[in-house]
This record gives sequence, structure tokens and C-alpha cells, in this order.
Amino acid sequence: MNSGFNQVLETIEMIKVHHLDIRTVTLALSLRDCVSEDVKVTGDKIYNKIIKYAKNLKAYADEISAEYSIPIINKRIAVTPISSIGEGCREFDYVHLAKILDRAAHEVDVDFIGGYGALVEKGCTRGDSALIESIPEALSVTQRVCSSVNLASSKAGINMDAVLKMGGIIKQAAHLSADKDGLGAAKLVVFCNVPGDNPFMAGAFCGYGEPECALNIGVSGPGVVRAALESMPKDADFGQLAEKIKRIAFKITSSGELIGRELAQRMEIPFGVIDLSLAPTPAPGDSVAGIFEAMGLEMAGAHGTTAALAMLNDAVKKGGIMASSYVGGLSGAFIPVSEDADMIKAAACGCLTFDKLEAMTSVCSVGLDMIAIPGDTSVETIAAMIADEMAIGMINKKTTAVRIIPVPGKTIGERAVFGGLLGEAPIMKINQYNSSAFVSRGGRIPAPIHSLNN
Amino acid sequence: MKESKMIITVSGEDKVGIVAKFANVLADYSVNIEDIKQTIMQDHFVMFVMGDLSKSEYTFQEVKDQLLKAGEELKMEVWVQRKAIFDKMHTI
Repeated sequence: MNSGFNQVLETIEMIKVHHLDIRTVTLALSLRDCVSEDVKVTGDKIYNKIIKYAKNLKAYADEISAEYSIPIINKRIAVTPISSIGEGCREFDYVHLAKILDRAAHEVDVDFIGGYGALVEKGCTRGDSALIESIPEALSVTQRVCSSVNLASSKAGINMDAVLKMGGIIKQAAHLSADKDGLGAAKLVVFCNVPGDNPFMAGAFCGYGEPECALNIGVSGPGVVRAALESMPKDADFGQLAEKIKRIAFKITSSGELIGRELAQRMEIPFGVIDLSLAPTPAPGDSVAGIFEAMGLEMAGAHGTTAALAMLNDAVKKGGIMASSYVGGLSGAFIPVSEDADMIKAAACGCLTFDKLEAMTSVCSVGLDMIAIPGDTSVETIAAMIADEMAIGMINKKTTAVRIIPVPGKTIGERAVFGGLLGEAPIMKINQYNSSAFVSRGGRIPAPIHSLNN
Repeated sequence: MKESKMIITVSGEDKVGIVAKFANVLADYSVNIEDIKQTIMQDHFVMFVMGDLSKSEYTFQEVKDQLLKAGEELKMEVWVQRKAIFDKMHTI
């Protein structure tokens, strides 16, 4: 038989033992034709459009999952930034639209719906400002809605007014979900250079250059990479490690591409992109930090971690790009602290610090992700953390993001529990010195020069 | 054109009648067996079957459900997958 024994067994082992899965199938859907003067009409149009396009998403995804025996963990929808959809209404009522999105997500039974957000790197429109103000309430009265706001780009610089504003919004979102350890803030992310085709939450939305609809795929598989590296001789050099990772990334991506194209075909919509990210889960072994250990570091956060992550990220892209013609989204390795068992362990014992995580974000695919910080952290300090992260993205022309959770009523050493894929996290120590005079200056940090690189 | 080939992987404790049981299910559901191999790996019986679904009036899921049921009766682990996933993942 052409598919040899070993290939069949290897595939089954990747799925069964090492948690290879399709992390998400995300339907990107434009809502630009839902604009009207009456927010109730806009809401109805949004609801009907989502139902029309997404009604079969879950059923088809489950069907394909069974046919290939590969789990599809999340089904999601990403829509046009809602700030621009609700902006034409005589009266702004963005929370109503958030409820509509949530109701539609329940109806078609997807896990999350993203796009409750705005792109404000250069400045806010009236609608953008109103939407941002509404985020904490919108996240507290809905279950499946995710929110993202782009605050900076390499072309526009960093909107520091919005950075400070979002520091406060993140804190309020956490406060309004205090009974769930600030879960609201876990559904809210701010970006620099946000991609419009990312299938991963909380940052998925349907960007302005995207088609009417498309199916975007996010694969996973850190457990597979880890197992492959562990099976190599201890003295294998970096060239050999990189080669191994590339080969595994190719296989992971190929499976995603196959599932994505099949699903898009059954739904009769275009296939969009595959996102090459290695996304961990709290399951034992399914860990990006575990890959660093397999590479020879005692624990994530030890000196050398940034280099290990850089190599991993690059090799994943090189292997993945061979497997698909259309790669997009975030594409790299995620380092969400609460969602990665070995990362949690490293943070709990103090090996992995906030500052080291920031350094790692200069080479990884996203940013400061799912990090729990003390609930009494000031708005200005949160804004300053965001500003640092935006600066890394702006200067390095890459996507960076911040999803931090100031856990209400808890402090360093305690633990925040979010549950499910969002996991749990020890509350990390942060710098105690004051940044408020800096972040309160307002205005915009100008776009950087794109030459004289050093 | 839809891929009609399926790969069935059966593993577990060796016993009398494994091949017969699965071959019967496939015959009942008009799935043609194009290739079949079995071996003992680390004291475990392992069997691979490549079936062609194109002449069957049943859906992939209906055939899969019956094969899984046969596996349960024999206390064997059964995986049923479209062949495309192996071709796609392991060839450039």
C-alpha cells in the first residue's frame, strides 16, 4: 500500500499521543453590508448574515474531523471590526451589537466570535472611541465575544492616547469579571501590526482587505515537535534540530491545509490562509516550553530561551511554508503563560519572569500573552507594559500583542484560574516603579525610520 | 473528485477471527479491500486495511461506525481515516 505502515502509525501516534490537532477553523465574515442608521436593524442584519454563512460550520467540521480522525478543537467566527459597523447608526449602542454577536455564536454553536474591536493606531473615530468605552461591559454581558484593538503599526507609530485608554479598559474588563479571576481581560487583546486574517482568539477579526468570507485555519502541535526533538541524540547540533522541526512543521501544516480546503469546499466558501502557529494547551506534553527543555534548557526562562524560541519560530515557518501556498495570520510559536503547563511551572518557580517574556516576544509570533499580574496594578503601569510591547512590534516590523490579566483581589504568588483552554496562571511579579508621567504625555509616538537598521 | 480510499488500522491482543470480523463488515457495506497487511508488533496484533468506498452506497461515517462497533466487540483499538491525510502529510 502506498501509505506505508510507518506513515500510518506515525500519524496515529502524532494525534493520539502527542496531541496533534487542528486548533481552530475560523470563518472570516465581512459585515460591511450590515451598516444602517438604526442599531436594531444593523443588529438584525448581523445576526441573519452570521446564521446564513455559519450554520453548517460546526456540523461540517465535526464530519471532517471524524473522517480523518483528527480533532478540530475550536470552531470560530471572525467579523469586520464592529466599530466601523455600528458607526453609521444614529445612536451608538455597541453593547447591543455585542449581544447580537454572542446570540449568533450560541445559535451556530461556535466557541468564540472575534472582531468586537477597532483599528486606532493613528487615531480614533467617534465610533472607535464609543466601542472602546463599551468593551468592559460588552465582555461582561457576553460569553463568546472576543475583543481586539490595534494600537500601533510600523507605518503609523504608537497611539499613546489609546494605549493609556486601553490600560484602563483592560483593568475595568478584569474588574467586571472579578468572580472569574478577571476572565474578561483574557478575551481582550491589543496589537501592533495586527493581521486581518488571523484565526486565533482573542485577536481574530475579518480585516478590511479581506474577501466577503473565507475559511482560515490554525494548526497546533507543540507536543509533536517536542517528542520529535526528544527522540534525537543529545548531541545533535542546531542544524539537525532545525531540520527536524521543519519536517514536523511540514506534516502539521499539511494536515491543516487538507482539513481547511475540505471544509471550505463543503461550506462552498473560499479557503483563506493557514496560520502556522504552534499553539500549546494545558494538556501534559502539549507545551512550547517543553520544546525548550527538549532542546537542552533546564526550564523555560533560563538564559538561552530567546535563542531557542527564535530558532523554533523560524524553523516552523520554513517547514510550514512548503506545505501551503497561502500562509498568513500570526504564524509562529505562541507563548501564552496560562495555556502552557511547562510555562506555568516555570513562572511559578520564578525561572520565567515578566521581563524574560518581554524579551521572548521580540522573536515569537505574538507577545505578552495570558499573563496574570496583581489586581492592584495601576492603569498607567498596564499602559506602560503595552507601550513597551507595541514598541517591539513597531521597530521590528512584526505583530506583537498584549493580553494581560490584572487579577482582581489577588497578588504575587497567588494563582488565577480561567478554566478550559485558557488554563491557569501564577500571578507574576512586575516592576514596581512608576511610569505614569511617561504614559500620560499623550499623543503619538512617531512612526520609525525604516532604514539605518541596527 | 472525492477521495474514496480509507485506511483502517486495528490493534490489540491477538485472537481468532479478527480479519474475518472486519472483512465481513466491509463486505456487508460494499467496501472493496484493495490491500491488507497484518503483523505482530511488540506482542500486539496490528492490521492495516485499505478499502475503497466508491462502490458503496453507504457514507464514510456509516462504515466507520460499524467498524468501530466491531472493534468494541473484539476489544480492539480501531482507527478509520481517509487515506488523503497520509498522502498529504508524508509527501512533498
